[in-house]
Amino acid sequence: MSSFEPKIITFLCNWCSYGAADLAGVSRFQYPPNMRVIRVPCSGRISPKMILASLRKGADGVWISGCHPGDCHYIEGNYYARRKFTLIKQLLEFNGIEPGRLNFSWISSAEGVKFADVAKEVIEEVTKLGPAKYLIKSCAEV
Amino acid sequence: MSSKETIGSVMIVGGGIGGIQSALDLANSGYYVYMVEKSPSIGGKMAQLDKTFPTNDCSMCIMSPKLVELGRHINIELLTLSEITEVNGEPGNFEVTVFEKARYVDMEKCIACGACTEKCPKKVEDVYNEKLVKRKAIYALYPQAVPLKYSIDPANCIKLTKDKCGNCEKECPADAILFDDTDKTHDLNVGSIILAPGFKAHDPSGNPYYAYDNNPDVVTSLEFERLLSASGPNQGHLIRPSDHKEPDKVAWFQCVGSRDINNCNNSHCSAVCCMYAIKQAIIAKEHDPSLECTIFYMDMRTHGKGFENCYNEAKDKYGIKFVRCRVHSVFSEGEKGTVIDYFDEAKGVVVRDNYDIIVLSVGIEIDAETRDLTKKLEIELTDGNFVKTDTFNPVSTSRKGIYVCGALQGPKDIPQTVIEAGAAALVSGSALSSTRNTLTKKMLIPEEIDIRGDRPRIGVFVCHCGINISSVIDVAAVRDFAKDLPFVEYVEDNLYSCSQDTQELISTQIREKGLNRIVVAACTPRTHDPLFQETLVEASLNKYLFEMVNIRNHGSWVHKDFPAEATQKSKDLVRMAVAKVAQLEPLKEEVLEIHQDALVIGGGISGITSAKALSEQGYKVTLLEKSENLGGNANLIHKTANGQDVALHLDQMKDSVYEDNNIEILTGAELKNVDGFVGNFTSTIDTNGNKKSIQHGVTIIATGALEYKPNEYLYGEDDRILTGLELDQKFKENAPFLAESKVAVFIQCVGSRNNERPFCSRICCSHSVLSALSLKEKNPGMKIFVLYRDIRTYGEKENLYKEAREKGIVFIRYGINDKPVVKKEKDILSVVVTDHVLQRKLNIQTDLITLASAIAPNNNDKLGKFFKIPVNDEGFFAEAHVKLAPSDFATDGVFLCGLAHYPKPIDESIAQAQAAASSATRLLSRKTINTIGTTAKVNSSYCSSCGSCIEICPYNAPDFITEGNFEGLSEINPLLCKGCGACAASCRSGAIYLRGFEEFQIMEMIENV
Repeated sequence: MSSFEPKIITFLCNWCSYGAADLAGVSRFQYPPNMRVIRVPCSGRISPKMILASLRKGADGVWISGCHPGDCHYIEGNYYARRKFTLIKQLLEFNGIEPGRLNFSWISSAEGVKFADVAKEVIEEVTKLGPAKYLIKSCAEV
Repeated sequence: MSSKETIGSVMIVGGGIGGIQSALDLANSGYYVYMVEKSPSIGGKMAQLDKTFPTNDCSMCIMSPKLVELGRHINIELLTLSEITEVNGEPGNFEVTVFEKARYVDMEKCIACGACTEKCPKKVEDVYNEKLVKRKAIYALYPQAVPLKYSIDPANCIKLTKDKCGNCEKECPADAILFDDTDKTHDLNVGSIILAPGFKAHDPSGNPYYAYDNNPDVVTSLEFERLLSASGPNQGHLIRPSDHKEPDKVAWFQCVGSRDINNCNNSHCSAVCCMYAIKQAIIAKEHDPSLECTIFYMDMRTHGKGFENCYNEAKDKYGIKFVRCRVHSVFSEGEKGTVIDYFDEAKGVVVRDNYDIIVLSVGIEIDAETRDLTKKLEIELTDGNFVKTDTFNPVSTSRKGIYVCGALQGPKDIPQTVIEAGAAALVSGSALSSTRNTLTKKMLIPEEIDIRGDRPRIGVFVCHCGINISSVIDVAAVRDFAKDLPFVEYVEDNLYSCSQDTQELISTQIREKGLNRIVVAACTPRTHDPLFQETLVEASLNKYLFEMVNIRNHGSWVHKDFPAEATQKSKDLVRMAVAKVAQLEPLKEEVLEIHQDALVIGGGISGITSAKALSEQGYKVTLLEKSENLGGNANLIHKTANGQDVALHLDQMKDSVYEDNNIEILTGAELKNVDGFVGNFTSTIDTNGNKKSIQHGVTIIATGALEYKPNEYLYGEDDRILTGLELDQKFKENAPFLAESKVAVFIQCVGSRNNERPFCSRICCSHSVLSALSLKEKNPGMKIFVLYRDIRTYGEKENLYKEAREKGIVFIRYGINDKPVVKKEKDILSVVVTDHVLQRKLNIQTDLITLASAIAPNNNDKLGKFFKIPVNDEGFFAEAHVKLAPSDFATDGVFLCGLAHYPKPIDESIAQAQAAASSATRLLSRKTINTIGTTAKVNSSYCSSCGSCIEICPYNAPDFITEGNFEGLSEINPLLCKGCGACAASCRSGAIYLRGFEEFQIMEMIENV
């Protein structure tokens, strides 16, 4: 399955990581086109439900990126996010979802290189895992 | 009597952070602003910085929202590549001649795609990157520059110098190159002028001792800043310039070009270098924890808010070495790298060591060009070439109507610059207050069409961005794909979706096709959302019925080699956006009337200044003071650092507020309760037993701080042992024993920089030196000893320190673990201290001991709760942002100044009081405020009263309803909500939704990936 191209739902906070992705663009740092970005005001806006829904609806991976701890535009939203994500990640792993499906990072809007680097890492990781099947409700294969 | 009419506009010279802050303050309070910047884009020195101390915030991240706001402001006219050549006229009506150099690029047409730069063959040294790398002859100053327009460097352009090449003209998809552009002059009429041209970093070249000219591994601190920066020449990867190896050891040399009258003529302290060296060392350490960092210094001057803490962390947590020594010279030794000799004080020997990189912490100076400008404007300078100001008018120059802020006023850091910028905005605007809103433009907003209940009719506009998008992505295919998506009524592709003609197209289509939701697939919403939203508003559509898809920054630019996949990605993203936009509802921004009165809490010099500043602009002010007298600590101070008499000025200030009909003074008063929020506060005040309630739109907190009463050094046991302020009292009384004393000792850091109060009290070094000089004046034969840990006479106050040493005052350094001991035997007072030079104990018999006592914060907890404003670990109020909002709180409508913020001298307190008044004016002059539309709301029928949202919200927006049918359920105040969504994501009952980012809207996007 070398031709497998995963789809990765990427939640980016408006103030830091979305800015980093913009800067990666301005600086022309290349990464593969597997991300589908959903912009949210703050990583604290993302609920575990959205992560589950992403995996259920056919995304092969989820990547969430927010401001560095301490840099949150909304003072402390990313701390709440971090706590929630640690829990949901453990829960998913306990249920048999591969650790590499769900990824978190903290990237400031000045870190264009880091954004491209992490994007590449996440894509590589998810590609290695192959298509996500665990949570997908699908018809029996004929 | 002025013969000419007053003009309601202000010119600001310099587009650094100071100029930017002044411009925004003025433009947002009813004045038209011309900003004159000599480089092609604004941003100044701050834009070059990687991080800012002491919090290590990313400089560009915190600054760029201000750049964007300024660039888009309809009441700020930006003149780049421009300089003032002449000023005539009088305060209120100046005629200014501005010379604007040719840019050779049409700013209207340039879309900042960068195609020109890519094909330009001429490489030039990149000034933004401190010449560490090359840029092209056609360039944008930096990627986030405002205005983001390219310009041609005429001295290097091959076309302009030799009439060859012309590549950029061929490549430019927007036809923006103007080789025949010419220099222009503008004659402008303005009411006031603010000078904010900033500083030049000291240039160490030509100085043989530091080997800066011939050793590439000796860099200036600004060069090092670029080396550290993620947007710098090595993407933040720290390397040794000579051979690109990763360094093992880095050294910083402090005071290069500061406190130095031998190698250069800069006697002042630059006030920022100690902190930035610490910051750089910490960041370098974070890059590589094994790196050995050493800072060579004379005195560590970490006198600002949070600085001492940062210094302690650098030592204890990061293991950065601090060596007290001014290194004499640097030399290279063959293979061994860069070698230095320094004196190790602890061992008393000269040590030889080598380092991979040596950073010269270069100081702040004023360049010849700026000096010429001040000369032309007939403005007086100090001996250090900074603009001369007086303590009580810290931002007024010697020429009436011309004001100053930032480094030109004296060496200073970003927060102090921002404070002065606010002060300059206030006083320059205040002088023109009769003309407020006479020259400003206002946008006309047509009535909105109610689309609720209508079937979605979506318009999708896909941008080529010249060839920026279409060279990779098949724009036509994306457009055609969009046509078949649900509810899409109209699709179009545009060469430039952001251009004026596309805005007209969108507007027309909204009207003709009855479109009620718009999707634009182009660049980033972070810069372009507001532009398209404006178009929607002009077409009578609610601005929240809009979604942007980023197929350039997140598409064509980063997937150059995958056109098919990038096109597929764009289609997916458009589908997701269409799915979301169909679910969007019009959102309402609440409009709130702002009560036009102000409450100032604290009647010290800061409170008096703020109250007077607001009253002068016509606002009614209640000035609340808990004691029976106005004046606060200033009542106890003898004179200021530049020798001005405090009592004299303070009395004038008090009289001016007592005589002012706009100011109601309540002494013996205490705040009992506060209700409401920005624009509508109701406060209950108890004045000697009489309670009354007042309404106000804004609040300024100026509650001051206290002198700490020591419990050491035998304080209180002998009349000859005084605190700094008690000594001032003796000066004021002209007590005879002062002149009769033969020996006087000052002990510094009493109650400061210890475990209980880890911060530096900022003013005591200057105060003690000043008092010592006053004693010398009374009795030139007096022997005076100042026992200190680091002398922190920052900025031009360094000259006092110099004068003191010249006059024979002896400075003896002591360590925190070997503090001086005060003894009293029979009636003889003596101080025992270990001399750092002699390395032995001295016993000084003395007639007078002055304890430079700390400034201790008041108990601010109650006030903090009333206004929901935080107090930091040290007990001072915590401002909204340490760098860029030092006089504001995260709570809207509440502002901060004076000692309640942090210890500071009178001139800085006055500047901050004016800055707080400027922030308040910005708000009051708007009369109404709009909240954001994307706020959270509670669905009461789902709420289970768990209180999670109340716990989580950093802005205190949710609260329990206290009466009626919904009592006990949560409710969110849309005026306080900032729309982060933390509550929505954490609600156990799914009762909270965040408008514009509702769960079903995001789910709809996920569904359509």
